[in-house]
Amino acid sequence: MLLIPCPICGIRPEAEFTYAGEAHIARPAEPASLDDHAWGEFLYARTNPKGDHAERWRHTHGCGRFFNAVRNTHTDRFITSYLAGTARPHGTPSAASPDAPAMRNDTEQWGQA
Amino acid sequence: MPDTLTPDRLQPRDALPILFELPYDARPLVVPGRLLLHPAPDLARLVLRGDASALGVAFSLELPTQPCRAVEANGRSALWLGPDEWLLLASPGTLVPTVSVPGAAVVDAGHRQVGLILEGPSAPDVLAAGCPLDLHPTAFPVGMCTRTVFGKAEIVLWRQDNARFHVEVWRSFAAYVHGLLERAAPL
Amino acid sequence: MSLRFSFDGRSYLGEPGDTLASALLANGVRLLGRSFKYHRPRGLLAAGSEEPNALVEVDRGYGARTPNLRATQVEVYDGLVARSQNRFPSLGFDLQAVNDLAAPLLSAGFYYKTFMAPRGAWAKLYEPLIRRAAGLGRAPDVADPDHYASRYAHCDVLVIGSGPAGLAAAVAASAGGARVILCDEQPRFGGSLLADRSARIDGLAAPDWVAAQVGVLASRPEVTLLTRTTAFGWYPDNMVGLAQRLTDHLPEPDPTLPRERLWQVRAKQVVIAAGAIERPLVFPGNDRPGVMLADAARTFAVRYNAAPGQRAVIATTSDTAYRAALDLQACGVEVALIADARLRADGPLPAAARAAGIRVETGMRVLATRGRRGIRVAIMGRIDLDGRVRNREWVRCSLLGMSGGWTPSLHLFSQSRGELRFDPASETFLPGASAAAERSAGSCRGVHGLDDALADGAMAGSAAAHDSGFDAALPAPCHVEGAAQAGWTSPVPARRKQRRAFVDFQNDVTSKDLLLATQEGFHSIEHVKRYTTTGMATDQGKTSNMNALSIVAAELGRPVPAVGLTTFRPPYTPVTFGTLAGYSRGVLFDPVRTTPVHGWAAAHKAVFEDVGLWKRARYFPRGDEDMHQAVARECRTVRSAVGLFDASTLGKIEIIGADAAEFMNRMYVNAWTKLAPGRCRYGLMLGENGFLMDDGVAGRLAPDRFHVTTTTGGAPRVLAQMEDYLQTEWPELQVWLTSVTEQWAVLAVQGPRARDVLAPLVDGMDIEAAAMPHMSVAVGSIVGVPMRLFRVSFTGELGFEVNVPAGHAQAVWEAVHARVEALGGCVYGTEAMHVLRAEKGYIIVGQESDGTATLGDLGLGWAIAKAKRDFVGKRSLDRADMTAVGRRQLVGLLTADPACVLDEGAQLTEAAAAPVGTRSLGHVTSSYGEATLGHSIALAMLADGRARLGETVYAQRPEGAMPVRVVDPVFLDPKGVRLNA
Repeated sequence: MLLIPCPICGIRPEAEFTYAGEAHIARPAEPASLDDHAWGEFLYARTNPKGDHAERWRHTHGCGRFFNAVRNTHTDRFITSYLAGTARPHGTPSAASPDAPAMRNDTEQWGQA
Repeated sequence: MPDTLTPDRLQPRDALPILFELPYDARPLVVPGRLLLHPAPDLARLVLRGDASALGVAFSLELPTQPCRAVEANGRSALWLGPDEWLLLASPGTLVPTVSVPGAAVVDAGHRQVGLILEGPSAPDVLAAGCPLDLHPTAFPVGMCTRTVFGKAEIVLWRQDNARFHVEVWRSFAAYVHGLLERAAPL
Repeated sequence: MSLRFSFDGRSYLGEPGDTLASALLANGVRLLGRSFKYHRPRGLLAAGSEEPNALVEVDRGYGARTPNLRATQVEVYDGLVARSQNRFPSLGFDLQAVNDLAAPLLSAGFYYKTFMAPRGAWAKLYEPLIRRAAGLGRAPDVADPDHYASRYAHCDVLVIGSGPAGLAAAVAASAGGARVILCDEQPRFGGSLLADRSARIDGLAAPDWVAAQVGVLASRPEVTLLTRTTAFGWYPDNMVGLAQRLTDHLPEPDPTLPRERLWQVRAKQVVIAAGAIERPLVFPGNDRPGVMLADAARTFAVRYNAAPGQRAVIATTSDTAYRAALDLQACGVEVALIADARLRADGPLPAAARAAGIRVETGMRVLATRGRRGIRVAIMGRIDLDGRVRNREWVRCSLLGMSGGWTPSLHLFSQSRGELRFDPASETFLPGASAAAERSAGSCRGVHGLDDALADGAMAGSAAAHDSGFDAALPAPCHVEGAAQAGWTSPVPARRKQRRAFVDFQNDVTSKDLLLATQEGFHSIEHVKRYTTTGMATDQGKTSNMNALSIVAAELGRPVPAVGLTTFRPPYTPVTFGTLAGYSRGVLFDPVRTTPVHGWAAAHKAVFEDVGLWKRARYFPRGDEDMHQAVARECRTVRSAVGLFDASTLGKIEIIGADAAEFMNRMYVNAWTKLAPGRCRYGLMLGENGFLMDDGVAGRLAPDRFHVTTTTGGAPRVLAQMEDYLQTEWPELQVWLTSVTEQWAVLAVQGPRARDVLAPLVDGMDIEAAAMPHMSVAVGSIVGVPMRLFRVSFTGELGFEVNVPAGHAQAVWEAVHARVEALGGCVYGTEAMHVLRAEKGYIIVGQESDGTATLGDLGLGWAIAKAKRDFVGKRSLDRADMTAVGRRQLVGLLTADPACVLDEGAQLTEAAAAPVGTRSLGHVTSSYGEATLGHSIALAMLADGRARLGETVYAQRPEGAMPVRVVDPVFLDPKGVRLNA
């Protein structure tokens, strides 16, 4: 069970949280002004990086707040978290870091040792 | 048609001619010297949302702004549950039936949930059967309160004393929470 | 005091502290199991949890039968009943041992090659046969009668393993007041120290020193000591899973106590002191009973006083086997020979062995063994560089202790994602860089020797305490005497050309199988593993992985790290399903949510159905009514008089604030601004993708206050979606959301006499149609209880929904029910509710709709407030596909045979004949038998359905297609006369 840093309550167990997808995808102020492609991008296009990923979580069984966090999708480590509506902190690279180690073993998901 | 309907009447349950029903078989559980599990006394409950100072004035109680802390004064307790959310607990009949506070929302939750009390030196370990939080006094001191989980149910956990916890749980989850506590109590 | 136990029906005596393995050994029983594939006789290989052969089943006699336990971990108690496995008819005479003669056919991957034809025979014939012949124990055939506990725990330092390094670490870590948990899989703390008869630590014999340290730890209030507790898995952020066995060792456990407890320990720092496992030697006949790891033989003799044999040969590539030989000799075992495959052996231990008069031969190894059900002869010899055997010698023995060196236990370290580092000198992997807040100590990181391990453990414990925020001075080093330093080993590779030399004992994999795999092109150890199954047994290759790796590496002529190492995964040793399930079984499997009226319904013989976690009354049979009869009666009663229904599970959200109406406008498709207080509206909520997400009635209580209902199952989802938009998209709105689902119980009173039921009960309220028309809400009280009264209908009849605080619901229910009965009405359940709403053409979200249905598809387009600039999902409605011709639309269906009830999900086709490949026009979403209309009805989603009204299509059924006429989905009162009565 991961430990997740709620920016309000502090570090708490994963069981209290709900994942809510990629962060910083604001709902367009005038959806009607978007063409179908742009609206489709808003609805479905996500970066899905291997590496640092800004994403939304909700401390559902805690303070109830949605917040943003940067988590490395390769190591499954949280790097930081911050209140919803605030900008991603500086120094958190937005794509997979080039020095992220290769998967130690690409057959990891199979079978028992 | 009126502009506004009459607000709900906040009535103390004991003023009613009808027996209040608890949602589970609330028999007390005693593990001698270690644990006492029993229903919390009858309480009025309000969910307070919004402006802390306006709500504080309306309910004669300074609401806690530090996360996860409860304050008690004038026979009332206010539990911080979120940055703009408190649970107000009071003896039945002591809350004025006001629901309109500018810049805030007040909702009666007196029947939404029930309270359980766990007392005794084993209380933290029994709670640890389903609660993933660290309940050591250094991590979860007296006066701390929070929403969290207990097994597969959501609860509000409030440490009233080193060996006394108050648990609030939605009424339809109360039988589950009580059953799990009973199961875990023998340690 | 002796303990009586039985094994395969024979009675034996054991001593307190015995394991089943040691007690059987003490009784001269050497044959403990049959091997997995070849059914070869097997005895003990090891003395600890790494044992691959001696798997037994323990039967408590009350249905609590546990298969596949390692005899080395089963503690003997008075009355223990244990049995061997995988043999027929008996362990001594196993008919399937014929497999051993067929061994050439059963080589690696045999099942991929041999059982190819005929096609289809694999699943029906070969696999069941193979599974029966090759197997572990029998799965239990009744529900587990025991119960299990679980607990979260938190500590500063978790110490795994209580050998010298672990004990020293725990003592050092806890000295400054840190919270420390020490766990060990054995019944006693001490690890290897429990089998040490020569060392003295700080002047104490090793077991006494252990007792003193445990005493120190027990006196520290922040220390938790857990024996019989296996750290089986490492999970993210330093959560370690421990399986604690609480009652398996007790003769008559208290039935109120759990059998096992799962600990989910969150540790700031972890010290892994998991020790090392001795490595077998690979030679023909190395699996014969009586051939065991040298240190296991020593442990049985010293710790358990159980002689593993009378005359021993020790075969080794390591110095530690000399200590085993010396201790065995001291315990009365005759040591005939120490054969050291190395060319030189001149450390202190070999010297001591020679001094003790033991014959030591270097450069000598085991060529083969002989003996029917146990070793009688070891054939020894030397091998020239050109491969010729010299000095062949037959040595009579009943014990062959072997040692190929030691393999550090890296399982947990590797699970923590630490990097493994290959040490060519010892031919072992060792912990490299850490990925978690952990450190290894002692022999699991290659620090052998008692004084080094003690110092390493103390250092690790004190550093761990420091890193978790405690002062931790390093304790004074222990003074160790009598523990001769064992020189490290240089493992000697196995010979290439040898037959039936076992590498993986539990899965019956031989060195030949591994060579075959490399010949067939499997060059990565991950592939070799899957092809040969080496390391894939329940012991996960604890004794075999390094030998397999060395053999494959040597064969390929590549260094070991280039061949790779298979991944370590939890659990370290098998964990029972009970432990993992914990409390989550029976009534505690999931919360069972009941409404405040549940007790009344149960007392009135309701039949319940599960709706999510809720129990809802489905129908209330009278006399010997079946479901259809009861439902038809309930429906008729509602249509003709009045019915009472428990709708308490509906989700309810109170939406309050100056911007409440604006928020409603944005969340729902409807227009809310002009909805007057006291009025209700049927709200429809879309996802941003434009498809229907949820529906419900919302009543406006005040300009700044709405009482919104949701579907039963949608309540949490709807509230979460509302919170999401409110918090992250429109934080400027002054609105607060509060779930009041459980605050209010809901009593639906529906039918032409609904008003007559309530009129005398509501306190001074005017509920006539003029004051309370359809879709209105009022606040008042009923029989003295505060009430929110909604005039709404989900049946098509005049209807009210009485909302009262949950705690008073049963009393109000009884009062209302008395009136309902008096007026010829009855209670009805969810089934009748479904029929009644279907007759009226009302949808159920998730039944008619499926996440791809638009409001237009469902005939609900009228609800959309087209003038609104925006609401959630609006933009998606403009996509061409959302209004394309051919979309499936909600229709009613009437079957040609009015008694026919279609299956929900039945496919609709143009023609009666529907050969494979026929395109479906749609499907039946709801279907009910005759209730009040004189015929069955169905709702369906049908391509261009509204253009097909009056046409006939065909509903496919197993018994043949049924012609159905497409009709309007509203079967009853399309003008709403009854509704507005």
